[in-house]
Amino acid sequence: MTSRSATGTETLLDIDKVFKALADPGRRRLLDMLHQENGQTVTALCEHMDMTRQAVTQHLQQLEAANLVAVVWQGREKLHYLNPVPLHEIYERWIGKFERDRLRALHDFKKKLEGDDNDKT
Amino acid sequence: MTKPDFVYVTYIATTQQKVWQALVDTDVMREYWCGLNTDCPGNINLSDWKPGSRWEHRSLDEAGTLKIVGKVVESNPPRRLVVTWGRPSDAEDESKHSRVSYDIEPHGDGLIRLTVTHAGLENDPQMFAGISGGWPQVLSNLKTLLETGHVLPHSRAGMRKTVS
Repeated sequence: MTSRSATGTETLLDIDKVFKALADPGRRRLLDMLHQENGQTVTALCEHMDMTRQAVTQHLQQLEAANLVAVVWQGREKLHYLNPVPLHEIYERWIGKFERDRLRALHDFKKKLEGDDNDKT
Repeated sequence: MTKPDFVYVTYIATTQQKVWQALVDTDVMREYWCGLNTDCPGNINLSDWKPGSRWEHRSLDEAGTLKIVGKVVESNPPRRLVVTWGRPSDAEDESKHSRVSYDIEPHGDGLIRLTVTHAGLENDPQMFAGISGGWPQVLSNLKTLLETGHVLPHSRAGMRKTVS
């Protein structure tokens, strides 16, 4: 089930889960919302989602299984946090150290020309 | 209890004891504790790791710059470590400290689930920004170090090879 690569133990199924979880606009929207305000309940997230509570819950479960969302219980409240660690591993894997500053400059330039929200789909 | 600001989770193919060791042993720490700054000389955390003791986060630069100070709140090897986290200038004012918890749990299949929770940053946007860039890097490096015995090819150790 696992294969060791140069970058560490890569559980193939796990990285598949990350990409599958990201391959849905609703789930990306949930991550955007947690990026904006971390640690939200399902109820809070549902207010901005055009889908049933059950669908939001299922999407969150998929994000949690992919380790993109971490859950913390506070009393009776279940809070959802964006966990960027798997995304950071993808970033480390394909982006070279010397490219980072140039990529940031390019990203800032694009954002300036297009406005803040254009890269969200 | 305040709501955490950040929760970071990583699964590592190792043992609880090795993760604990990596959190308290400076020889292991210096290998992976580096933020996004590419010229980072590494950092270490110094303490006897007993509840109530002081701990220090120092750079491995020539001056050994003190970057973060705090107290050990809870030390329960190899499962849980909780520390406070403050600027050196606020060392004596604990009301300005935030709090970091490390939870090290077995997850089955030879995996350990390491959860880093950072709470109490709401009044310090600058620290908040620094933290959110730093932890994912530190955790990725730690995972790679424990699973392969070395850090990522393009971080510190591997860099020299690439440059020469």
